Amino acid sequence: MANYEVVIGLEVHLQLKTKTKVFCGCSAAFGAPPNTHTCPVCLGFPGSLPVLNREALKLGAKVAMALNCRVAEEIRFDRKNYFYPDLPKDYQISQYGQPLSQRGYLLILTEGKEKRIGITRVHLEEDTGKLLHGTGQSLIDFNRAGTPLLEIVSEPDISSPEEAYFYLTALKSILEYIDVSDCNMEEGSLRCDANISVRKKGTKELGVKTEIKNMNSFKAVRAALEHEAARQIETLESGGKITQETRLFDSARGVTEPMRSKEEAHDYRYFPEPDLAPFDFEKDVLRDIKREMPELPEPRRKRFMSEYKLSDYDAAVLVSDKALADYFEKCSSLYKKYKIIANWIMGDISAYMKEHGLTIDRLNLKSEYLTGMLDMIDKGIISGKIAKTLLIDIVRTGKDPLSLVKEKGLEQITDTAQIDQAVADVIKENKRIADDFMGGKQNAVMALVGKVMAKTKGKANPQKVIEMLKESLKGGL
Amino acid sequence: MELNKLTAHGLKHLLDKGDISNIDICNDVLEAIEKKDKALNAIVHFDKEKAIEKSKASKGLPIFIKDNICVKDELTTCSSKILSGFRPPYNATVIEKLLKKDFVLMGKTNMDEFAFGSSTESSCYGPTKNPWDLERIPGGSSGGSAACVAADEAIFALGSDTGGSIRQPAALCGVVGLKPTYGRVSRYGLIAFASSLDQIGTLTKDVEDAALLLKTISGHDAMDSTSVPVSTPDYSLKIKDSIKGLRIGVPQEYFGQGLDSDVKDSVLKAIDKIGQLGAKCEKVSLPHTEYAVAVYYIVATAEASSNLARFDGVQYGLRAKDVKSIEEMYKKTRALGFGDEAKRRIILGTFALSSGYYDAYYLRALRVRTLIKKDFDEAFAKFDAILTPTSPTPAFKIGEKTQDPLTMYLSDIFTISANLAGIPGVSIPCGFTKENLPVGLQILGKPFDEETILKVAYNYEQATEWHKKRPDL
Repeated sequence: MANYEVVIGLEVHLQLKTKTKVFCGCSAAFGAPPNTHTCPVCLGFPGSLPVLNREALKLGAKVAMALNCRVAEEIRFDRKNYFYPDLPKDYQISQYGQPLSQRGYLLILTEGKEKRIGITRVHLEEDTGKLLHGTGQSLIDFNRAGTPLLEIVSEPDISSPEEAYFYLTALKSILEYIDVSDCNMEEGSLRCDANISVRKKGTKELGVKTEIKNMNSFKAVRAALEHEAARQIETLESGGKITQETRLFDSARGVTEPMRSKEEAHDYRYFPEPDLAPFDFEKDVLRDIKREMPELPEPRRKRFMSEYKLSDYDAAVLVSDKALADYFEKCSSLYKKYKIIANWIMGDISAYMKEHGLTIDRLNLKSEYLTGMLDMIDKGIISGKIAKTLLIDIVRTGKDPLSLVKEKGLEQITDTAQIDQAVADVIKENKRIADDFMGGKQNAVMALVGKVMAKTKGKANPQKVIEMLKESLKGGL
Repeated sequence: MELNKLTAHGLKHLLDKGDISNIDICNDVLEAIEKKDKALNAIVHFDKEKAIEKSKASKGLPIFIKDNICVKDELTTCSSKILSGFRPPYNATVIEKLLKKDFVLMGKTNMDEFAFGSSTESSCYGPTKNPWDLERIPGGSSGGSAACVAADEAIFALGSDTGGSIRQPAALCGVVGLKPTYGRVSRYGLIAFASSLDQIGTLTKDVEDAALLLKTISGHDAMDSTSVPVSTPDYSLKIKDSIKGLRIGVPQEYFGQGLDSDVKDSVLKAIDKIGQLGAKCEKVSLPHTEYAVAVYYIVATAEASSNLARFDGVQYGLRAKDVKSIEEMYKKTRALGFGDEAKRRIILGTFALSSGYYDAYYLRALRVRTLIKKDFDEAFAKFDAILTPTSPTPAFKIGEKTQDPLTMYLSDIFTISANLAGIPGVSIPCGFTKENLPVGLQILGKPFDEETILKVAYNYEQATEWHKKRPDL
């Protein structure tokens, strides 16, 4: 396996988040009763004509720009001709000769290094309807027919299933930043097909590729590609040949298998769509899209590293989720120890969200409450340990940390007399440990600290306790 | 009083004065249909009771519509078996415009199946006959619309013109046929033959009616991306201006081999007449004319092959029975539903677009199409209008050319270029052959300058009597 390298290209189909379909005024919303979001245009009735939804074009251009593509000056559409019952006109309006945009790239982090994955093209097209197969008959729901779809095709620059996973995560993150799609693989608003081939290391020629379909999560894509790469290498190693074919991923069994339906070599007979006159993409519209473009994950990651002095890893984790990164920045305007904010967000807060299936937007934690709590730790009002439970109290009650601390009497004990008493008691009750310490076992002091903390219900400042313990033991028992 | 024989503007005048009601017109039209249409077969979907009902509910003039224009809930079949029983759930934009102006939609007229033809012989309802000679074809594909107007079964009618389908039957039936500039009239609801060439237009008894009807159906439509946002002039006023000083080109390429000598005589005389009326007629060259038919039969069939794919039996129209798979359903439905000419054009167009041939055929045809358009651009830099014969021959006999599609295709040799270039053209009556068959003069104009060609047409018409001649039936 080590002598082989894997070559992967991904095709992502993305449903754009427009109110209406791409060539008619029907609602593009998901989940309506079958065939209720239809009209003569999206049903392809004789005599009906498409009219481009400019919002879909704008969203498409936004994606193209975010992927560093060159957007075409002139917008053209083509017809892709093939017969299928879910395709009302028996041709799909798509873009072929001159796509919306070409030649972009996406940066991924792989093995701690940046890698550019080329984007071949991004083009706009209409989605098909959905077939529902029953026994002896098939039904068609045309609600989805004509919803705007963006096809994003990568160059075969991806060298491992893991990189494919990174590519998809990075892409999804960008798409969420620019808010163009729900990006939901289960609902089908984001679909991914993969082309994969293998070749001996050092060879330039590409191997025979297979196309993998039917993957319904990013992890499934990775698993399918891992299986397929292994299968191809094994086939070649045992003297076999790879057949160019489409294979379906069976997620339950974790294997890819040839599509059973007979493969016909399609001739789509593309030609310019005569019902949609080509037009120049208005420069001011493009300018507006550019101007309104939010900061994207990659530049933001770099900024987080320089502006907040975060590590590569911390910055990457935070920016991968736009809401999380936004939350971090809100906190950072109130509290200046950025690394500490990051630790809390990526530690206790993320763990809590994961446990309860929440996102930062749905979590009941105002940024000023978090930073207020961090302030209290700094001022010695509460201990870090208390803060951990306080955080959960804030989230549960929605109350501000100061009132909660007062209400529950969680203030750290700063009164040395009280701690003195506890220290004296602990030393008395744990003579053997104290002896150990004095006998040179430095670590033994920590056991005593724990006991003091327990006695003070965690409210003593641990640093202070250590000092006082050492002070008390210095003179011997 | 035979109101069916009058023009729309004549009837309007009488209606305005209160001398007649639109029910009177309807009755005369119905009577003419009953008397003549058995022989003509110009009208394919028509319900007498419904027509009377509609007339009573409206004050407007009756009009007939070619069977490829969608009228809500009424049969719209393109004279094809594959659309048998099809009633669209919506109105074409032109129909909405007519209804807004109170027109009464009487029924649908016969046509070549999907407008594929120049003789109305490929209709699934059988051919329409030429009112001047029942053994002859009326031209096509809007043969039903042209024949019913010529025979006074109708006051006027809408047709569609992809390569001459309004102008050629108008010439062969002795009526006025106008194909507007591509983009002048919305195509929304016109069942497409070749989307980049199709345009809805008018078949009328005189030029003034053409002007009137054009104004009614024109205008930018947000539902049709190829309709152009230009204003619609009041044609009826401007067409009556003099044509003195107009510069008119006569392309020599339109008077060569294959042109019937009687047709040639009539057209040349008409050109002289227009010269006498004050226009300056000069020779002009349109050098790429000879390629027009070849270019047309690639572009038009390519688009048609794709446009007709949707007739697959899934949602509407004919669906073959007793099939075991979706492929079989497609194949059987289309084999049963399409006639020979439709099949021929679908195969031709599919071939022209197929991989390996696309560049040699479709792409090259598009390039030559640009050259043909350039010919006109250059000619119109010097001239205001161009005069040609509409059809190389008068109406031919039924069955004469059905076995020889190539000869049939040449019927459109003089009309096709206007569609390829997107320019407007009108055919007006300009004489008769020795066998008493009508001859048409074609006037071509600059894009969106229907005004000038209608002005030339009107001036010529008023100076002659041809448009008043009617067939004895």
